[in-house]
Amino acid sequence: MSAIEFGQIGVIAGKEFRDRLRNRWVLAVAAVFTVFALVIAYFGAAQQGAVGWRSIDVTIASLVSLVIYLVPLIALILGYDAIVAERERGSLDLLLSMPITRFEVLLGKFTGLAGALGVATVAGFGLAGLLLFYQLGSAALFHYGGFVLSAFLLSLCFLSLAVMVSVLAEDRMRASGIAIALWFFYVLVYDLLLLGLLVISEGKLNLNFFPVLLMLNPADIFRILNIFGFEDVQRLYGLATVFPETLANPWLLGSAMVFWIIAPLGVAAWRFK
Amino acid sequence: MTDKLIEIRNVHKAYGAVKAVDGVDLTVGSGELFGLIGHNGAGKTTLFKMMLGLLPASSGEIRIGGRSVHGAAFRDVRRGIGYLPESLALYDNLTGLETLHFFARLKGVDRSTSPALLEKVGLVGAAGQRVRNYSKGMRQRLGFAQALLGSPRLLFLDEPTNGLDPQGILEFYRILAELRQGGVTVVLTSHILAEIQQRVDRLALMRNGRIQALGTVHALRQGQNLPLTLRVSFRPGDDKLLMTTLASLNIGPVETIDGIARFACPRQKKMALLAALTAAGPSIRDIDVHEPSLEDIFLGYAEEEAT
Repeated sequence: MSAIEFGQIGVIAGKEFRDRLRNRWVLAVAAVFTVFALVIAYFGAAQQGAVGWRSIDVTIASLVSLVIYLVPLIALILGYDAIVAERERGSLDLLLSMPITRFEVLLGKFTGLAGALGVATVAGFGLAGLLLFYQLGSAALFHYGGFVLSAFLLSLCFLSLAVMVSVLAEDRMRASGIAIALWFFYVLVYDLLLLGLLVISEGKLNLNFFPVLLMLNPADIFRILNIFGFEDVQRLYGLATVFPETLANPWLLGSAMVFWIIAPLGVAAWRFK
Repeated sequence: MTDKLIEIRNVHKAYGAVKAVDGVDLTVGSGELFGLIGHNGAGKTTLFKMMLGLLPASSGEIRIGGRSVHGAAFRDVRRGIGYLPESLALYDNLTGLETLHFFARLKGVDRSTSPALLEKVGLVGAAGQRVRNYSKGMRQRLGFAQALLGSPRLLFLDEPTNGLDPQGILEFYRILAELRQGGVTVVLTSHILAEIQQRVDRLALMRNGRIQALGTVHALRQGQNLPLTLRVSFRPGDDKLLMTTLASLNIGPVETIDGIARFACPRQKKMALLAALTAAGPSIRDIDVHEPSLEDIFLGYAEEEAT
């Protein structure tokens, strides 16, 4: 085929991004993130009988639990119909009759939606971050920045999966079903399965490959990325303690997330012929 | 016909056992207005999509202006083509003008040409309205304007008058005539055969993925040798002479309503019949001769295939 034209990717990405700004999707998601972050930061310890600002470590740990549920769901909902909706409506033929390759259409869709997610994540958590900065000081901001960045990476992993679904699914109904199933699997079921495996094996299992199994779920990578380094947080989590310190290098974990962004997109590009 | 703009050589497209296009050979010359007709499922849309490079052919070759629609030059080829798909779907959340801007950017066309195109298709008043609020006819006009972006040398129009009112259809063909003056090549399909028969230079009749007949409407008529239809009005109560003349030429059956006799006349007997009737004097008042319509030709070929 011919060389990639980034201008064409930009045209598609620009349209997707503007569509999400215009229908107030970006605003709504940013508002949800801000409100949740502030509520968790202030009321997170209410169960222990106290309200008020806590340490940044504990605040982030609480936010991580929220983000693990919310962000994959939002990303999957955003991207599951990227291609299949155009195919079903019939607008894909006209789009593909333009001087553009399928790969450029796919990458443009992904980039535009990723931009919408990025702006919503940074604006939503950023606004909350500014308020936290006043309460907790600038040292907290560094950790918080890392958390926001990893939340964005997490959203891209699931957006990539969603775009793959949008290519593979025959129609929108099926695509939405698969997207919800993916959310259930990675967010709710996967860790339970791993725990079950541990219990059934009664400790006879070689624990060395456990970290690899955790790496197979982007939500777990996100969790590990955010709780390692926080001594007082580590003990809150059972699973993460089986994770060896040597593998807990943020660059390694970050690369694993990047793999999770590229791989589903690669499958999508391969199947979108 | 001057040079060959579209060359289709022995093109096949199979979906499993189903042959959507089954060995099509076709050339369309530069500046030609070419019609593609056939039943639903005859393979017209599939052929269109292959000419655009949206679908790969199972075998055979398609070249536009001497270049492959799939190779490295595909962007250049596509920039020179305007396409109006049969089931046109646009983006409901964009306005008419934004829709044209979006496609203009993809085609690498200066977006300042968009307002003039909207004016050309009669949508200038609706430029700022969301496509969501457009009627079917307005969407079709916008789709046509989209196809005209960048003044392409070749237009593929799949059922272009779908959803247009009679006024819109007239305007559409007026614009098409203008484009042809400028040397634009047009390939169009329509299921309203009466509409395209006076307008196309040549047409291909597709059936079961094959081209069953190809040529000018006149040549297709000749090829079918279909009878003419005559309507002869006679003086009330004075049809005896007419009936004897018809019987002597072995023409019939005749249907008579309100002093007008209607019957089919083999092409070879036309002159003999007209001579006899003009000689018959005042009992014959008027004669109308009708060529077979494209529908008749179409049905004629269908029957030929069936037998």
